[in-house]
Amino acid sequence: MSTNSTEQKKSNGAQFKMLLRFSKGLKGKFIISVIIMSISILFSYLNPQVIRLTVDSVIGDKPFNLPQFAVDLINSIGGRIYLRQNLILCAVFVVIFAVISGVTNYYGRVGMAQFSEKLILNLRNTLYGHIQRLEYSWHVKNQTGDIIQRCTSDVDVVRNFVANQCMEMFRTIFLLIISLSLMFSMNVKLSLIALVFIPIVIVYSGGFFAMIRKRFQTADEAEGALSAMVQENFTGVRVVRAFGRQAYEIERFDEKNNTFSNLWIKLGYVLGAYWGVGDFVSGMQVLSIIVFGTLEAVSGNITLGEFLVFVLYNNMLVWPIRSFGRILSELSKTSVSLKRIDEILSAKEEQDNPDDTTPDMNGDICFENVNFDYYGIRPVLKDINFTIKAGTTFGILGSTGSGKSTIVALLDRLYDLPENSGKITVGGVDIRKIERSWVRSNVGVVLQEPFLFSKTIRENIGVSTEDDDLRLIRRFAQAAAVDDSIMNFSEGYDTIVGERGVTLSGGQKQRVAIARMLIQNTPIKVFDDSLSAVDAETDAKIRKSLKENTSNSTVILISHRITTLMQADMIMVLDDGKIVEMGTHSELMKKDGIYKKIADIQGSMENELEEVR
Amino acid sequence: MTVDEKTPSQKNFSPAVWKKIWPFISPVKKYLIAVLILMMITASIDISFPLFQKYAIDNFITKMQSNGIVGFTVLYFLVLAFQTVLVVIFSRFSMVAEMNIGKVLKRATFVHLQKLSFSYYNQTPVGYILARVMSDTNRIGGVVAWGLTDIVWALFYVIGVFISMVLLDFKLALLVITVVPFIAVITVYFQNKILKLNREIRKVNSEMTGDFNEGIVGARTSKTLVIEEKNLSEFSQVTSKMYRKTIQSTMLNAMYIPIVTFFSSVAVVFVLTKGGYMVMDNALQLGTLSAFISYALGIFDPIQQIARGLADFVATQANIERVTDLLETEPIIKDTPEVIEKYGDTLSPKRENWEKINGEIEFKHVWFKYPDGGDYVLEDFNLKIPAGTTVAIVGETGAGKSTLVNLACRFFEPTRGEILIDGKDYRERSQLWLHSNIGYVLQNPHLFSGTVKENIRYGNLNATDEDIRHAAELVSADKVINSMENGYDSDVGEGGDRLSTGEKQLISFARAVLADPRIFVLDEATSSIDTQTEELIQHAISHLLNNRTSFLIAHRLSTIRKADIILVVRAGKIIEQGTHKELLRAKGHYYSLYRKQFDQEAGESVFSASEKSK
Repeated sequence: MSTNSTEQKKSNGAQFKMLLRFSKGLKGKFIISVIIMSISILFSYLNPQVIRLTVDSVIGDKPFNLPQFAVDLINSIGGRIYLRQNLILCAVFVVIFAVISGVTNYYGRVGMAQFSEKLILNLRNTLYGHIQRLEYSWHVKNQTGDIIQRCTSDVDVVRNFVANQCMEMFRTIFLLIISLSLMFSMNVKLSLIALVFIPIVIVYSGGFFAMIRKRFQTADEAEGALSAMVQENFTGVRVVRAFGRQAYEIERFDEKNNTFSNLWIKLGYVLGAYWGVGDFVSGMQVLSIIVFGTLEAVSGNITLGEFLVFVLYNNMLVWPIRSFGRILSELSKTSVSLKRIDEILSAKEEQDNPDDTTPDMNGDICFENVNFDYYGIRPVLKDINFTIKAGTTFGILGSTGSGKSTIVALLDRLYDLPENSGKITVGGVDIRKIERSWVRSNVGVVLQEPFLFSKTIRENIGVSTEDDDLRLIRRFAQAAAVDDSIMNFSEGYDTIVGERGVTLSGGQKQRVAIARMLIQNTPIKVFDDSLSAVDAETDAKIRKSLKENTSNSTVILISHRITTLMQADMIMVLDDGKIVEMGTHSELMKKDGIYKKIADIQGSMENELEEVR
Repeated sequence: MTVDEKTPSQKNFSPAVWKKIWPFISPVKKYLIAVLILMMITASIDISFPLFQKYAIDNFITKMQSNGIVGFTVLYFLVLAFQTVLVVIFSRFSMVAEMNIGKVLKRATFVHLQKLSFSYYNQTPVGYILARVMSDTNRIGGVVAWGLTDIVWALFYVIGVFISMVLLDFKLALLVITVVPFIAVITVYFQNKILKLNREIRKVNSEMTGDFNEGIVGARTSKTLVIEEKNLSEFSQVTSKMYRKTIQSTMLNAMYIPIVTFFSSVAVVFVLTKGGYMVMDNALQLGTLSAFISYALGIFDPIQQIARGLADFVATQANIERVTDLLETEPIIKDTPEVIEKYGDTLSPKRENWEKINGEIEFKHVWFKYPDGGDYVLEDFNLKIPAGTTVAIVGETGAGKSTLVNLACRFFEPTRGEILIDGKDYRERSQLWLHSNIGYVLQNPHLFSGTVKENIRYGNLNATDEDIRHAAELVSADKVINSMENGYDSDVGEGGDRLSTGEKQLISFARAVLADPRIFVLDEATSSIDTQTEELIQHAISHLLNNRTSFLIAHRLSTIRKADIILVVRAGKIIEQGTHKELLRAKGHYYSLYRKQFDQEAGESVFSASEKSK
């Protein structure tokens, strides 16, 4: 994956900023959810206060330590004596607070989920759409496996961050603010003791996970190696069996299996120590609060109720703080994933100019002084000049790497000719001034090794049209001479192709792709060696039906078969990026060039046939 | 792509399923028992913490004196330290148990897979088998070791808390316990719903991954068809579905937790009201009340933990079934006990009893259909291949050219009829005997990760470096190998992907030569190789065919012309058979295949000749 230098300079913070792009229109939802969430936390922290009041001022005889209006209210209903007789009233408050906290918690969490899942939905859709619109050359350059990894695993990491970790971080921060302010309002000394443990725990767990990240990586790699070895054994099962190497393979497997298990066991030892010490530190936090709280209570600085509240608040803090440290240590993981996603998103999409047009494309196709070079290393097309009259058939003969597929790619605007490298016109209009989608919906292309989607054959053929009437689909399948083969499948046109379905032979794939192109009904049709996998008879059959179906269109036929090319109105022979011959079949046969030589050899098969007679 | 998850046959806890997996768990029995005991102790300590609190309230705070607080602190500290040690020990034991269960299961599945027949590999996607060996076994180990830890701890904790509460105050304890059934029922209800929803989410997720895959692999085609926006709108339907399901799952979770909290606050209410009156009547100490409140608040997490743990155990039954199904799959091709008696089995062969092989192969009234169904692809097929004969098999891609080779190599056995090697039914000898005498070179040659040398040595594990060099020279692979960065010690990459197809082929030829087989199988590559390498390969093939019975699954004319007998395959069946001349004369399917290839190669040869003349 290519990165340009400006991106590499982006700091980690900038990576996270990218997320803002996808939260457009969702910020309100986020803020409201956070507010609701903090209300929920606040109410969950009120319950210990009810217990404090009950213990201190109802059961005990301390004055009500409450805001004045609440004290007035209690006094107006009958004060401590009334409450003592109706203890249930205090208890009801516990339930009310629990219900308020529960309901707000529900809405807060659902709101947060709506925010984060929407954000991820935006990210996924943007990513997918962006990949669809990226330049053709980007797709040629980048490895599928790597891109998929980024679109799935990396997006999952980001999702976990936005949906879980982010919420957890906000929760913990609010938890800390609310509990600490309540604690400080009761007793400064005890609060300070609780406060001291917070950075210790966060640094301990955060630092630990940062420290053993390497070990995790090594253990993961060992699992990867084992998994790869096993997979190789399965994909290479024929080789293993054919050489009778089962015992050897088991030996290799044992070695990797042991390494993997031992690494994890060792990691388990470290993790166990971490858990043990973590529990110990948290336990010390509780112990300190109990011991010092007891001392404070004994010296009368806090009431018994306040002591209980401190113990409860402290318990409520222990776990969130521990996971907070871990989350912090994983931020860098999220930042790496964001960066990997950003690398895809910052690649350039195909972009039309605002003044690009959508002209009629029925005119002559003209290549003028076309020079082209993919990577600036070796020119693929050198000074190409030719004109294809509208409505005629144009044949191209060339070897592998002669540049014939490049001509197709340029004509379909999959690649663009740079300035000063000549020009390609259709009906006199430079195609660089025509919208890409317009060019492509007017130039139908069938590639030598066509890609079919994992859908039904019917959906594959009709993929470019809204009209999926089976009669229409079949008409084009017949034109491509593939209807019979399709009807032979048990599911007919509803047969699913690809990994989850039926495997088509090379020839069948090519013919389905031809049908898919014909249904586009384009004025220009290109067959890039797209009959290579069918035999000569089928080839002839298809050519005949194509002739009937393509009478009004300009056809470009690329082939290595003279019989396929000979009926073209004009034939061009391409060698090493240059035009070496051009003319009709009979003209070329009169020259003693490559075309005639190939025609002779291909014709000599008839001689060979004579010999065997 | 991911295979849809198999739904477990048992929705409830099924001892039968666990019994099947027990042999793999029993080796770590003693670790698990130790963990069990450790968890009991840990749980008791956890129960004791609120009692410390009670003691502090009743003995120090209420009495307003701090005598003995030092002893109290030291004891508390010691208990804490003891707990730390226990945690460190139990987590080690659990990890050892987890990894060992996983290791033993992985080994068992892998070893079994080495014995399974080809048909299994043909019918089962590699991803699916890999998941059995890796993720299923990992999960079983994890759930048994850690799930057990969690459940045992939680169970003892809950029981211990009940006992402690009953001992402190019986009536108050009953009040807390009344709330428990509600929580249990709610937990089970929600767990089931969440589990079901999560399964749906995983399904949508794999659909989404599939779509991403198609969107990326098919991007170039999408461009030429101008269907980018259509693809996006289809994809956004899937992401929207994902959104809905995830929100549903969050709602369930978000609803479940407040409900549980509500019930636990009801328990607190009971304790506070009833206990408060009791304290006022001096029937209860304040410290005991605080301990009760702690218990009431702390008991519900472990209850959820038990529910979750049990659900995990039930869910893991699906993983166990997948693994045991694999282990119970019988290889379709098995040597008879008599054969094993004489020739040994795959893992301990008795090479001293092996007969020398000459290489004559005879198909005698062979009928064959693939085990996964379909029609007979061979019907009463007869063919005698004298030792040293070259047989070419030609046909379109996907026509079923490998069937005959699969039969000859005994990767499959005839449904009816027999195949004789040197005049004797090959089922009377061991599979390993035959396979040790076969050299196999694949269309897209399969190399294993490692060095060039290691890959060639695969053909004969006892070969010296000198033998390896010699083998490479025989097939002209030495030049290519020497030009690599580290020569014979160069790393070939995963599956050999650092090398070109031509290089891989040459190395796999050397590997075959080293094995010095009597029977040689070549599945020829269709992809184009540069002319120079092509010449080397043709030379290597000629060398390999020398004196060996060979099967060539051929595309190139030069290879086909080397054959003594040509078999033509179409739609799985052998439709023509004869020599090159005979078949051309017949002007049948062979003729049109030959014609196609001829046209192709004619063009390339003229162009490459014109290239050279420049």
